[in-house]
Amino acid sequence: MKRLSSPSELERLRASILKNRDPQKSVVNICGGTGCMALGCTDVIKAFREEIAAQGLADKVEVRVSGCPGFCERGAIMTVEPQNIFYQRVRRKDVAEVVTKTLIEGKTVDRLLYPDLATGKRVVHESEVPFYTKQKRLLLAHSSQIDPENIDDYIFFGGYGALAKALRGMKPDQLIEEVKASGLRGRGGGGFPTGRKWETTRHAEGEIKYVICNCDEGDPGAFMDRSLMEGNPHSVLEGMIIGAYAIGAHEGYIYIRNEYPLAVKNAGRAIKQAEEYGLLGDNILGSGFNFHVKISRGGGAFVCGESTALMASLEGKVGEPRAKYVHTSEKGLWDRPSNLNNVETWANVPLIINNGAKWFAGIGTAGSKGTKIFSLVGKVRNTGLVEVPMGITLRAIIFDIGGGIPGNKKFKAVQTGGPSGGFIPEKLLDLQVDFDELTRVGSMMGSGAMIVMDETNCMVDMAKYFIHFLLGESCGKCLPCREGLKQMHHILTRITGGQGTEADINLLQNLCSTLLDTSLCALGGSAPNPVLTSLKYFRDEWDAHVNEKRCPAKVCKALITYEISEKCPNCGQCVKVCPEKAITPRGKKQPVVLNQKKCIKCGSCYDVCKLDAVLVK
Amino acid sequence: MVKMTIDGRQVEARDGAMVLDVAKAHHIYIPTLCANESVSAYGACRLCMVDITTKNGRNRLVTSCLYPVEEGLVVKTRTERVDAHRRMLIQLLLARVPGSKEIRDMAKRLGADGTPFPQEDPAKHHNCILCALCTRACAEVVGQSAISLVNRGVERQMAIPFFEDTEACIACGTCSYICPTGAIIMTDANGKRRFEMPHNTMEFELAKCSKCGRYWAPKKQIAWMAKKSGQPMEFFDKCLDCRD
Repeated sequence: MKRLSSPSELERLRASILKNRDPQKSVVNICGGTGCMALGCTDVIKAFREEIAAQGLADKVEVRVSGCPGFCERGAIMTVEPQNIFYQRVRRKDVAEVVTKTLIEGKTVDRLLYPDLATGKRVVHESEVPFYTKQKRLLLAHSSQIDPENIDDYIFFGGYGALAKALRGMKPDQLIEEVKASGLRGRGGGGFPTGRKWETTRHAEGEIKYVICNCDEGDPGAFMDRSLMEGNPHSVLEGMIIGAYAIGAHEGYIYIRNEYPLAVKNAGRAIKQAEEYGLLGDNILGSGFNFHVKISRGGGAFVCGESTALMASLEGKVGEPRAKYVHTSEKGLWDRPSNLNNVETWANVPLIINNGAKWFAGIGTAGSKGTKIFSLVGKVRNTGLVEVPMGITLRAIIFDIGGGIPGNKKFKAVQTGGPSGGFIPEKLLDLQVDFDELTRVGSMMGSGAMIVMDETNCMVDMAKYFIHFLLGESCGKCLPCREGLKQMHHILTRITGGQGTEADINLLQNLCSTLLDTSLCALGGSAPNPVLTSLKYFRDEWDAHVNEKRCPAKVCKALITYEISEKCPNCGQCVKVCPEKAITPRGKKQPVVLNQKKCIKCGSCYDVCKLDAVLVK
Repeated sequence: MVKMTIDGRQVEARDGAMVLDVAKAHHIYIPTLCANESVSAYGACRLCMVDITTKNGRNRLVTSCLYPVEEGLVVKTRTERVDAHRRMLIQLLLARVPGSKEIRDMAKRLGADGTPFPQEDPAKHHNCILCALCTRACAEVVGQSAISLVNRGVERQMAIPFFEDTEACIACGTCSYICPTGAIIMTDANGKRRFEMPHNTMEFELAKCSKCGRYWAPKKQIAWMAKKSGQPMEFFDKCLDCRD
């Protein structure tokens, strides 16, 4: 690779990349993200390479392992260019047929095309799949066409153009003004105005300053940052370099949790490639500006996503938060001014510099600009990553893009913002999603996890589940979080176990209030949200647990019994699966008998019965 | 100097002081468990929460041990909300260490008559409230870091490495002196100094004074003092009373 010594050289490099790429050449783009990897894309990629070579097409067809386009439910996913044919749920056994039929004969393999959930009609092109058409994909725009291991792919789509623009003609203060005017707010959870944070760090006292990228995404069900870092690491890196230039920092860190091995690998390679091109390191693009980035791997503590805990961890100390009465922008890493932003925040920066603050501010709501990536998971048909403009309704995300609830079940709630986000009920589905609206209803934007729940979820049990998660992740430094969550979990266990009283609910509410007001960091400070919103919007379920000793969703084991109905024809399936041998047959065509004393309420009989002869009461 | 108000009183405070320092200077009681002037502020017990309003009108609760004073700050050390949270916090501690007299006394002072939470076995935490005064004192005052906090969340414990006898401990007893709940018991008897820590015990040999013959300091601490001070070991042969 040749080192680029000026913005013009970058433009010339891009021109030559464009020239050398034949737009008519066949390209097979296969998602290499973690979701598709779990569904066997590594095998599919290998099979494509082998089959293409065997058919003598190696010169004519390129196989590209791309970033994650987000439609994880349908993995392994792939597109065939230039026709933009979209195939889903591709397995190794399908590869030979795709090569013969599509690459050689130019026809589609219909069974691999996406079936529209409403009509069942097969959709040929990626650009027509409803999951994608209803999104506004800016950060994920090229994710299915960029090989994250190849910097040229990023440059092909204009990558590092924003950096060149910034270094060539913009002063640091101008950049900060641009980011401020764009209205960009931090995507990691807090929603603090990014430009203002940059400005404070720039003007903070100190020779040495740092920029930090927070890729310690630890929320259950969240994988926005992972996908961006895995699929388009250069967009994050470019944002960091621009930010460092604006702030006056020459050193940066990317803090990635070690459970994201592909993100660690791709970020590391991106740093190396950017350095080789002179886009990172000393004298970037001949500007005289130096900036070096190192990767630090996190040990898997949820609390290390909190900025001060993350910085403690970076320093090699135990990852515990400290009070932020003096901001990290003034005294952060090693007590020096430090600007920490989340992966998605950094990735937005090149878009803003390229297209202008006005363009960015034109997307979204009054208080929240731009798009937001959500990871849509739980009881929803189209599990995956969705990028939507701020202000879109929850209903549009869950039903139009997400395809609604599977199995003809009824929607009950959606939890936004991670384990300490609130549960939002059906009556608020038309809420316009942005930072302020989510907070107003008792939830939060958080990092962007969205967990959908249906009528089979007990909202008391869900509150207990998330409190249990947070209890396990509390660092234990401050008293309300450590002891408070422990007692909250005790109370919730009592209530779901049929031992709860009205007094327990009152005590729980008082505990929530103390955690909100007195916790040291946002982990404890937001932990009550699932409990408080569950109480606010699903009080009837709590009353049923406490007053009637009944779990309306039939989830809490202490409050349900399994029974065999008269229609049981003695097929014997439940007898086989029962781990406690609690079910005995009575004879031909006679209902089996369930011994309640032996039953541990595991639900295996209920799950296995095809005739709905096992009843839950 | 900055001008501020605390409980209705106009006061002056030096730049960089914490609200808790100002309260102390004016004899205003704020309950604390993890604060001690010998070590850096930590903010773990949260009992020192006070109500503040900044000159821009922002109102919130902060820990007074860590909140630096500022011009125009209005502090209320007692409000209904502050009192209610303090009571809840001390009740949580009462459930954790029901055997601690210090915590029971403070609960009484804060208006908490017992705790609504199930009490844990006193033998589980041995009165340790995880305030980290011992570990901070060991690190910051003694400079040894012989003890630290291990594990996370509810599993958190004060510990020596792997709960085995540690080379780093000089048996000075600073941890025992600073512990607000008497969770580290130190006894000198039969030429030995014994520490009963919440989760382990340790013993150290004491040195005799060459003149009066009394045991006067742990041998390891004497070696440490010799090293720190640069004085020869002979200097420490005699106890403080017998030195010229």
